Amino acid sequence: MSIESIIFYVFAAILVGSAGAVITVRNPVHAVLFLVLAFFTSAALWIMLEAEFLAITLVLVYVGAVMVLFLFVVMMLDINLVPLREGFMRFLPVGIVVALIMFVEMAMVVGAKHFGVDHYGAGIKHAADYSNTKELGNVLYTVYVYPFEIAAAILLVAIIAAIALTMRRRPQTKYQDPAAQVLVKRGDRVRMIKMASERKNTAGE
Amino acid sequence: MIETLETSLEMIPEVILILIKIVLIVVPIMLSVAYLTLAERKVIGYIQVRIGPNRVGPRGLLQPIADGLKLLLKEIIVPTNANRFLFVIAPILALAPALAAWAVVPFSDGMVLADIDAGILYILALTSMSVYGIIISGWASNSKYAFLGALRSAAQVVSYEIAMGFALVGVLLAAGSMNLSQVVLAQQGSILHWFWLPLLPLFLVYFISGVAETNRAPFDVAEGESEIVAGFHVEYSGMTFALFFLAEYANMILVAILAALMFCGGWLSPFQGIPLLEPLFAWVPGLVWVLAKTSFFLFLFLWFRATFPRYRYDQIMRLGWKVFIPITIVWLLVVGAAVLANLGPWFD
Repeated sequence: MSIESIIFYVFAAILVGSAGAVITVRNPVHAVLFLVLAFFTSAALWIMLEAEFLAITLVLVYVGAVMVLFLFVVMMLDINLVPLREGFMRFLPVGIVVALIMFVEMAMVVGAKHFGVDHYGAGIKHAADYSNTKELGNVLYTVYVYPFEIAAAILLVAIIAAIALTMRRRPQTKYQDPAAQVLVKRGDRVRMIKMASERKNTAGE
Repeated sequence: MIETLETSLEMIPEVILILIKIVLIVVPIMLSVAYLTLAERKVIGYIQVRIGPNRVGPRGLLQPIADGLKLLLKEIIVPTNANRFLFVIAPILALAPALAAWAVVPFSDGMVLADIDAGILYILALTSMSVYGIIISGWASNSKYAFLGALRSAAQVVSYEIAMGFALVGVLLAAGSMNLSQVVLAQQGSILHWFWLPLLPLFLVYFISGVAETNRAPFDVAEGESEIVAGFHVEYSGMTFALFFLAEYANMILVAILAALMFCGGWLSPFQGIPLLEPLFAWVPGLVWVLAKTSFFLFLFLWFRATFPRYRYDQIMRLGWKVFIPITIVWLLVVGAAVLANLGPWFD
């Protein structure tokens, strides 16, 4: 076994272990943290495949942004675990059947029959000056430029739709308008009055 | 099996060399962090017409050592009902990305631990990970104030990361590379060739976002002492607290050196292209220029802290989302057009 395969098996073991822990640990926050660990170790495996751009993007997008928001939400939820666990034994047989069907389906679609080594060949080791970032950019903006742009447009539509759905005018809330705050002049708030000074009343008058 | 052993034996000198390089980077960073705390207290002291620490050692120069010893000897208190494992691991999660990001930082031409092509992306990914230390510490402490601080900090870091990322997209557009050494070399010419000029709005957005990302004043609502005591690290003491402190200052130095590398020419001499001064200062090694520029940006951090009042939380969010992100998007279009038009003297 070469050093590379030792490193691979270490990362793979952590990945499988943490992915299993995501669905088995009781505490939801721990589950999210295990998911973060799973993303991180799969990024490490991608780096071993010389796909450093994808690996770093995985860490940046999923670990750095998506999972932070996930954690944010899960921490604020007050989840009572007891009702969630009710009927676990009752539905277990159905669950096992569904899981088995899904497993067989996935094995049929992404198994070795379609994605095996004999279809794609063993990985090629590139020289030190090989840049995964550059290769990916070249393909993405030439061969796949239309799918890429269409995907971007669909995402933009989704963003606008999400904002449009959640945005509503609520006149009763007292928003602060920073533009109006900045434009305030002294004259709007303070009125200067000219008046003669008062005389001090003399005693006994 | 024997072949593997032989190849692994051949790799040992290489590994030792890398380890020595890591030590050569990490030890100066730790010393800089220690003396940055002293500099902060001294600078703010003088700005407020005080002297600052001056009792330990000559002119207070041994103060950081004394502070370190004190923190090392203090008891670590774990609050009741705190999640012990996460409570202890949180400071480590805060410090590790702050140090790991230094792997791709070039200190001079060729003086870099890992000269990778996706350098800027790597730094962005690792700085975005440092938020986990803060969130986990706030949650694991089982304390209201710590939790509020963690939520504030998480929202703030995630928001400013977007503006920062867009600013860095501008840099890689202008330099045509994500490799930090290439970014510096693309700025060659003179002080006017540096990217601070063509990317001025992005430079300002980057640096202000950097201040916000490190949770420093005036964006330090995550630990606003007048509202939530000390925020996410309120329950930490001794060395666990010291690790958060180290992480914050290591991140500050990282933001400062990145500003120097990406916008202010890195190790290039500021006298480049000036007839008389350029040969006069040609003997100065590039490392000195990098460190001088970094120190200037660090001074700005301290200056901000002594000058500005703390931002209100909704104003922080407004600044990040409604001011910075539109500015960066508009300027990305400008930079893209300038690169396309080969606008001189920067992009020809």
